[in-house]
Amino acid sequence: MLAESFSPTHLLAVLPEILLVAVAAIVIIADLAQRQIAKGQVGLAMLEARRRNVGLAAALGFLVVLIVSLLVTLPTVGNGLIFGGMLRHDLMAFIFRVLFLFSGLVVALISMDAPTIGKQGEYYVVLVAAVLGMNLMAASADLIMLYLAVETTSIALYALAGFLREDSKSAESGLKYFLFGAFTSTIMLYGFSLLYGFTGQTNLYAIGEALGSLPSTAVLFALFLILVGLGFKISAVPFHFWAPDVYEGAPTPITAFLSVASKAAGFAVLIRVLMAAFPEQAPIWVQLMAALSAVTMTVGNLIALTQKNIKRLLAYSSIAQAGYILMGLAAFSGEGTAATLFYLGMYTLTNLAAFGAIVMVARISGSDEIADFSGLSRRAPGLALVLLVAFLSLGGIPPLAGFFGKFYLFTATLNQGLVWLAVVGFINALLSLYYYLVVLKVIYLNAPKDEASYPVSRSAAVALWLCVMGVIVVGVLIGPWVNIAVAAASGLF
Amino acid sequence: MDLFQTNLLSLILFAPVVGALVLLFVPKDQENAHRWLALVFSLVPLGLSIYLWFAFNPQAPGYQFEENYQWFSVIGANYHLGVDGISLPMVLLTAILTPLAILFSFSVSEKVKAYMILFLLLETGAFGVFMALDLLIFFLFYEVGLIPMYFLINIWGSANRQYASFKFIIYTMAGSLGLLLSTQIIGLTLGSFDIPNAVAKWPLLTGELFGIPVSAIRGVAFWAFVIAFAIKVPVWPFHTWLPDAHTEAPTAGSMMLAGILLKLGAYGFLRLVLPLFPAEAYQGASLLAVLSLLAIVAGAYASFGQTDFKRLVAYSSINHMGFVVLGIATAAYAQGWAANFDDRYTESAIIATNGAVLQMFNHGLSSAGMFLLVGVLYERAHTRNLDDFGGLMPIMPVYGAFLIFTSMASLGLPGLNGFVSEFMVVRGAWDVFTAITAVSMLGLLITGAYILRGIYKTIYGPINTKWVGHLSDMSTREVIALAPLAVLMLVLGVWPAWLSNVINEAVTRLLAG
Amino acid sequence: MSFPILSVITFTPLVAGLLILMLPAERKNEARVAALAAGVFTVLLSLFVYFGFNPAGPRFQFVEGPYQWVPQLGITYHMAIDGFGLPMLLLTALVLFTGVLISWNIDDRPREFMAFFLFLSVGVFGVFAAQDLFLFFFLLEIAVFPKFLMIVIWGSPKTREYGGMKLTLYLFFASVVALLGVLWMYAESPVKTFNMIWLEEAMRAGAFPAQWQIIWFPLIFFGFAVMGAIFPLHSWAPDGHVAAPTAISMMLAGVEMKIGMFAAFRVGITLLPEGAKFWAPIIVIFALINVVYAAYIALIQKDFKYIIGFSSVSHMGLVMMGFATLSPNGFLGAGLQMFSHGVMTALFFSIVGMVYDRAHTRNIPDLGGLVKKMPWAAIAFIIGGFTSMGMPGFSGFVAEIPIYLGLWQGRTLPGAAFQAQPWFFPLTAVISVISIVITAAYILRAVQKVFFGELPAHFEHEVGDVTALDKVAIVVLCAMMIIVGVYPAIMYPQVQAGIAPVLNLFGVN
Repeated sequence: MLAESFSPTHLLAVLPEILLVAVAAIVIIADLAQRQIAKGQVGLAMLEARRRNVGLAAALGFLVVLIVSLLVTLPTVGNGLIFGGMLRHDLMAFIFRVLFLFSGLVVALISMDAPTIGKQGEYYVVLVAAVLGMNLMAASADLIMLYLAVETTSIALYALAGFLREDSKSAESGLKYFLFGAFTSTIMLYGFSLLYGFTGQTNLYAIGEALGSLPSTAVLFALFLILVGLGFKISAVPFHFWAPDVYEGAPTPITAFLSVASKAAGFAVLIRVLMAAFPEQAPIWVQLMAALSAVTMTVGNLIALTQKNIKRLLAYSSIAQAGYILMGLAAFSGEGTAATLFYLGMYTLTNLAAFGAIVMVARISGSDEIADFSGLSRRAPGLALVLLVAFLSLGGIPPLAGFFGKFYLFTATLNQGLVWLAVVGFINALLSLYYYLVVLKVIYLNAPKDEASYPVSRSAAVALWLCVMGVIVVGVLIGPWVNIAVAAASGLF
Repeated sequence: MDLFQTNLLSLILFAPVVGALVLLFVPKDQENAHRWLALVFSLVPLGLSIYLWFAFNPQAPGYQFEENYQWFSVIGANYHLGVDGISLPMVLLTAILTPLAILFSFSVSEKVKAYMILFLLLETGAFGVFMALDLLIFFLFYEVGLIPMYFLINIWGSANRQYASFKFIIYTMAGSLGLLLSTQIIGLTLGSFDIPNAVAKWPLLTGELFGIPVSAIRGVAFWAFVIAFAIKVPVWPFHTWLPDAHTEAPTAGSMMLAGILLKLGAYGFLRLVLPLFPAEAYQGASLLAVLSLLAIVAGAYASFGQTDFKRLVAYSSINHMGFVVLGIATAAYAQGWAANFDDRYTESAIIATNGAVLQMFNHGLSSAGMFLLVGVLYERAHTRNLDDFGGLMPIMPVYGAFLIFTSMASLGLPGLNGFVSEFMVVRGAWDVFTAITAVSMLGLLITGAYILRGIYKTIYGPINTKWVGHLSDMSTREVIALAPLAVLMLVLGVWPAWLSNVINEAVTRLLAG
Repeated sequence: MSFPILSVITFTPLVAGLLILMLPAERKNEARVAALAAGVFTVLLSLFVYFGFNPAGPRFQFVEGPYQWVPQLGITYHMAIDGFGLPMLLLTALVLFTGVLISWNIDDRPREFMAFFLFLSVGVFGVFAAQDLFLFFFLLEIAVFPKFLMIVIWGSPKTREYGGMKLTLYLFFASVVALLGVLWMYAESPVKTFNMIWLEEAMRAGAFPAQWQIIWFPLIFFGFAVMGAIFPLHSWAPDGHVAAPTAISMMLAGVEMKIGMFAAFRVGITLLPEGAKFWAPIIVIFALINVVYAAYIALIQKDFKYIIGFSSVSHMGLVMMGFATLSPNGFLGAGLQMFSHGVMTALFFSIVGMVYDRAHTRNIPDLGGLVKKMPWAAIAFIIGGFTSMGMPGFSGFVAEIPIYLGLWQGRTLPGAAFQAQPWFFPLTAVISVISIVITAAYILRAVQKVFFGELPAHFEHEVGDVTALDKVAIVVLCAMMIIVGVYPAIMYPQVQAGIAPVLNLFGVN
């Protein structure tokens, strides 16, 4: 596939990324400025309030870039490879960009109130960098660009995970993430190099064309290696072992970010790589996806049943959710891809809401144990409601978006004749509902442990409301979102 | 007037229900209002029934005062009522006994409102069974009548009432399960639950049903019907619920139970079993006759051995109903014989059946009377044990007189009603079941024995001094409650024609075609 | 455009519930009144729909839509009511109304209670009127979280967590199994739509081959039938219903179990007739076990509420049997029984609730003589009891007779799993009739032990009569049972209108 020759409109296509760099710069400057100003101040409180504005700046930055993206980067004129085939300017990249920017926005907003990290400018800068890297990941159409983007993102994420230097858990999580990530990235790079070796091309689409006739074992080996790396990113079994520890140790807003954006980015890459670079091998990797999906779902849900820490529970839940999303890939069709995209969007909103509420609770109670959420409904009904909406959506209960998300995935799966996979999926839905209900029961039924109150700052409230409203609206007014997903899926080629 | 004529039966049927509804709105503490209102509302059907009696034309064939309205027509069940010479006396009996029982119940002082409402509902249930010309309606009222009686025993009964009421309702309901199933089969195969329709078509059905020949199904249905009704009558050996139920029920309850409810079973035999299953009835007739014999003799013998006065009367019911069953068995046999061979037995069967229906009426009167008398004594003495009494005649002369009178009727003294009906049954059955009838004479003997023993122990013999000065004689109210029964017993004994003529026409048509 | 009355009925409780949640927590009475108003409103609208429905008219009336909802998948928003669902709509409104009355005195967060109860009823109403399978499942699953939360928060202290979780998971599992069947059917269907009416047309045109129907039918029918507590997956019902607070037991046992059977009929039997023909004799066997076995278990219970719980399982068995006969009488009886039993069990649970609120025990040996203190409750329980026994004069008799007639008429159609011997269905009729006596035994035993007999001494002062609102609820429910029992023509034409089009799939006209 030939790249379009350069034209100024292509710059518009990457305007958001350019702007993100600018945002990062602004945040750095703002941070420096604040430190300067704050040096002359007396009260600790003023210091803290000041510093919070750094986060606000980052959030605003995200918002601006998001609006710009919506206005400017919608691919109206065909989908094409730009910048010499490095990036692809299509609807899927657009959607993912919106998702990442939105995630960044929400995470920035809820980070503002997180202890320690919320006041540090560097934190937000690295966050911006991560989002930038993810945007590029979703749009990459070339192996080298892809690897660059993946590494950019990953390094930013390693840093973010280990950001709480004094907290041994956070440091451990960052290091573990780094080691795991580096290792699997290397394997993936090896797979990339094999692809280049087989085809002499680095552009994914070109590789796809060229691979068609080559002996399949070698190709499959390359595919497998790439899957290792990507599997790590999406925390599929058996590449999931890092997830629970990293999620638990990282600062909670970063856990949120990891669980949605990083996973979505991983999926974006997976989709594009599989469909663009390995279209002929579809019958084989479909089976592989199906198997991966079944195992991931089941392991994730089974272990989640035993968790007492809510972050670990959500970690395993996220692993299981990745399993569901893989179902969409196993149902290789326009419908399956559309279902995957819809589910990712739903999942983003939902998990952000869930983690956001947890941040609000944990910063007062200082604990992530489920038992400490007892009776939350009486102490903080709003937060309890957010968790209710989020958990029920994850469980697949209407009128929330998770219901249609699962419905769409199962429909696509059955349409492709993968009845066994659908059955496994249904059983898993039942399993997961159990532990979601258990948490909800603790929140709504059990007596509160103490009389603490959980104030929620306006910024966090806005973020949570956005997510909750999103989950409900997408769950009821489904049509337009499905349209977008379908269009994006068909625009892959 | 025309509306009145065409819906006369419905008026009789629902007048008590209307009364019950009215009572519902009267406040609980207005006990006297309850009693009198109930009495008035039970007299309405009496008046209407008497009118019905005179308006009824015995000579006309078929059913009269028929009403047929749509009810549950999608399954073929309609609200179809009608009376003929067999059911009309039963309707009249119900209409007579209920006000008298209510009158006697004026002495009930606990939960009067509920009591009276239940009584009125009971009356409707009984009316409904006698008037029904649709199997489902029949079954409906048959079951519905169980409820008030269950509560009457359960709440106002004696010491062992929980057990007795529970046994009564479960036993009867279990028996009617077969009835329900057979009814369903009939309704289904014929497409309608209408009784005249069923009588015309059901015995003639041939072919297969569910892969089984219809005759086999008819056989099973026959026994289902028989068992259901045999429990109700009761026929030995399905009688074990009766002594407990009768003994534990409140007096008026026993009057209704023995006087009317038992007749539902016998009526079921005559109205349903014989016409619907002539061939099967013919085959089962001998067995039925043997069972009736056992009822007559064993019932009498059991009565003889009782020390509880009420239980004695209860067993006597079994004894008397045995005659009814004997008459029915005779009819069954003769009917079948006539269909297969000749009608040598027909005339005897007609006599026997006449006797059976008459016995139903008579026993209704006499057993009600006996239970009333036992109740009178119990209310005063608070014991029913025969050994506790003795020589009460001088203390309660009116009571004694009535007791003798009613006992004699029960015994079958010529000149009183019991004799007429029992004689007719024996006369008719002799031709058909000679040996059985002969042995059942034994029953008559023992009947005499227990009646006389009963009388002796209560009002003759040495005076039991503890009662002197403590027992009052029958009150006016009680006398009024009993008197009509006594009068009827006498009239029927001397001049039974007014009743038997009506019965005879219908029976003749039933047996002689 | 005509007034979308069905949507209004379905979503009024949602609006009302949201409004109630916005009230301050201290405003307890306002919350209750608002809920009652919503209940009355839905009752009135349902009555309007009920009597406005013309049994001789088109099959579906009060039609709304179909509106495109998710065109890519053929999902529409389509509401309409047919004669079969019509009594169910009314039943839901009645149970909602009486449930609010019964729950008037709940003092622990009444605002949330009423709101969640209303949310629950949204799902229940909608299911009977939904004509699109997605919409159907959407509304069905909406009820999951109110159900769970209400049992877990306001249920019996010792068993609510277990009972609530068991009930929710079982029912979710059941709906998931059915959903699997539905989606599979969709996947194989040449017509890519979830709209039930269009699917039925396609089916009649031969779109679904018989072998597939035979595979999908058990998923769909049994999946939904588990919601109706079919043996052997019935144990959630006694545990869940007993653990639930009274109003929820009324709604769950009274209406939700009927949803299962309604869906089994509407989606299973109507859309997959070949499958129905195949599996019918097997369903009969399971249903028979329900009827007799559950009745027997009810007989040996010591907990008052468990008797009712098992009684519900037993009566639902009759509904299933009626369906399994694939005959006009069977369907008619099943439809009538769904209404009759719904009212009856709502009444039973409400009375059990009244007794428990006053006596603070459900253990039968500890109860007795309550007729002196609660005469209304006693009489109502007796009326309900007679309905339960199938005593003529009450709606239970009117419902059970056609079912038995249907059993006698039952025959296995060509294509059945096994050709039943001619004695098969009659034998089933005979065995199931035994349950009448068992039912009579446990009802009378309960009546005798709880309401009659000795009043324990400490009840003398502690137990008061039921409230005026309770009495209203009692009267309404009893009236329903008596009216339908005495005048069945008020309901059977509608049900017949609903079943007639389905019957011609089975060779009956």
